[in-house]
Amino acid sequence: MPVTLERVPGQEERVILSMGPQHPSTHGVLRLVLELEGETVVRAIYDIGYLHTGFEKSFERLTYSQDITLTDRMDYLAPLSNNLAFCLAAEKLLDLEIPAKAQFIRVLLTELTRIQSHLVWLGTHAIDIGAMSVFLYCFREREDILRIFEMMSGQRMMTSYFRIGGLALEPPLGWTERVEKFIKRFPARIDEYEGLLTRNPIWMVRTQGVGVISAAEAVAYGVSGPSLRGSGVKWDIRKAQPYSSYDKFNFDVPTRPEGDVYARYVVRLAEMRESVKIVRQALDGMPEGPIKAKAPHIVLPERESMKTSIEALIYHFKIVTEGFHPPVGEVYHSIESPRGELGVYMVSDGSPRPFRCHVRAPSFANLQALPKLIEGRLIADVVACIGSIDVVLGEIDR
Amino acid sequence: MNPEAQNHPVTQRLQTLAPGVFDEGQIFRGELTLWVPASRLRGVAEMLRDDPQLSFRYLSDVTALDHYPLEPRFETVYHLNSIEHNQRLSLKVRLPGDDPRVDSLVPVWPGATAFEREVFDLFGIYFAGHPYMVRIVLPDDWEGHPLRKDYPTEGYR
Repeated sequence: MPVTLERVPGQEERVILSMGPQHPSTHGVLRLVLELEGETVVRAIYDIGYLHTGFEKSFERLTYSQDITLTDRMDYLAPLSNNLAFCLAAEKLLDLEIPAKAQFIRVLLTELTRIQSHLVWLGTHAIDIGAMSVFLYCFREREDILRIFEMMSGQRMMTSYFRIGGLALEPPLGWTERVEKFIKRFPARIDEYEGLLTRNPIWMVRTQGVGVISAAEAVAYGVSGPSLRGSGVKWDIRKAQPYSSYDKFNFDVPTRPEGDVYARYVVRLAEMRESVKIVRQALDGMPEGPIKAKAPHIVLPERESMKTSIEALIYHFKIVTEGFHPPVGEVYHSIESPRGELGVYMVSDGSPRPFRCHVRAPSFANLQALPKLIEGRLIADVVACIGSIDVVLGEIDR
Repeated sequence: MNPEAQNHPVTQRLQTLAPGVFDEGQIFRGELTLWVPASRLRGVAEMLRDDPQLSFRYLSDVTALDHYPLEPRFETVYHLNSIEHNQRLSLKVRLPGDDPRVDSLVPVWPGATAFEREVFDLFGIYFAGHPYMVRIVLPDDWEGHPLRKDYPTEGYR
């Protein structure tokens, strides 16, 4: 029996409506069950699991290095953020120091990921509410970022570019010019989106005062990321618990006090501008040096050195066939993904495969606030609210 | 308990509030973990949330571990975060292998709702007092709990 709502006795004229999982505005395969009184939502519950693939079980089957390819597929709009969270957790477990250049490239690429993810969110969110043209502009810029990813890693989406101990490959020649060109052009493009939406009367009527959640409620429900900052809580893990040298960057954490759909929209647009600032600083201050940590038993050797050095060949063979043995222990490492707190809880029993690897997906927690946002509102507001918390079902179901 | 964990301000504060409330504690890679008996979990959780010097008002994550075939077999893990004091804490509860159950923390942090349902679904740990204790990602006629160590990766055939 699929999840459903029980009818309330004496309220037989109310309609129980199943929305999704194929509904275009549910951003994947989210299913909602709504109890409607006329056009007003009285109660709402969500039904998830349509994309459950058992990632956490598979993590235990594969070695640490192999697991990175799985993380790409959870939040498929921000694969590099997932790679980063997993690698940082593993590196914390191994107590591994990452070279400065690799850290800067990681910051740069995760900020591009944030822009890219917010662009998909903006396009689809606007299309849900009826602003068709924004979608086309957003995907134009997203394509530029995906091309940069392809240039760096050979893949547009499932990059797996961050590895435990550094990066997979030395970035190709000419990549800084590509990024440079993009961030020069991009702030004007944000102005373009804002010109289409921010003061648009239809947009404002559809989003202001809709789906309000207070700061205290948002914290209690475990909401994080732009959705939390849209309720006026200044909490950003990049600032509060800096990782991957974020403490060397100068940027603001935009917040809005209103807690409605419009506030979350304004916060995300401001975040894109902040990300451009971070990418700029990363490019200007890019240190020289290696991109992989000096840890031959963990990091794969260079292909060339394997032809001349027997040790390199042995280590390569050992890492590929067996993996490496981290110390017994457990860590929880969280990063600020485009959607909020993305945490990886990793437990090692000393074997080359994780004893347990759990992912705290931001969308999974943010979705809990959805019934709160839509109960008592019109059914037309439901799509605006789903869009505004920016859920990705891949990481919810895992 | 290692001395670093003993001297940690959170441990110290908890010890003054409720002496002997935790069995064990450790610091690994700078992360504080405390083990609490299942019977006292709810009380400790309320203390951690409400005490102004601790104020762990944000529950990041709930998950579990299966130590099969060892006993006590299960552990539930709570990752807490204090936005005011910028402090993290892991809380762990050991549970027996037959009929594992523990108090739900939904009354303390409503954000635990989905996470506890997930643990119930994938580990079969029952959370007493949870408002809606049904499977969340698997169909409700699914057999077994896949994240248990005695559940084969390929599933039962």
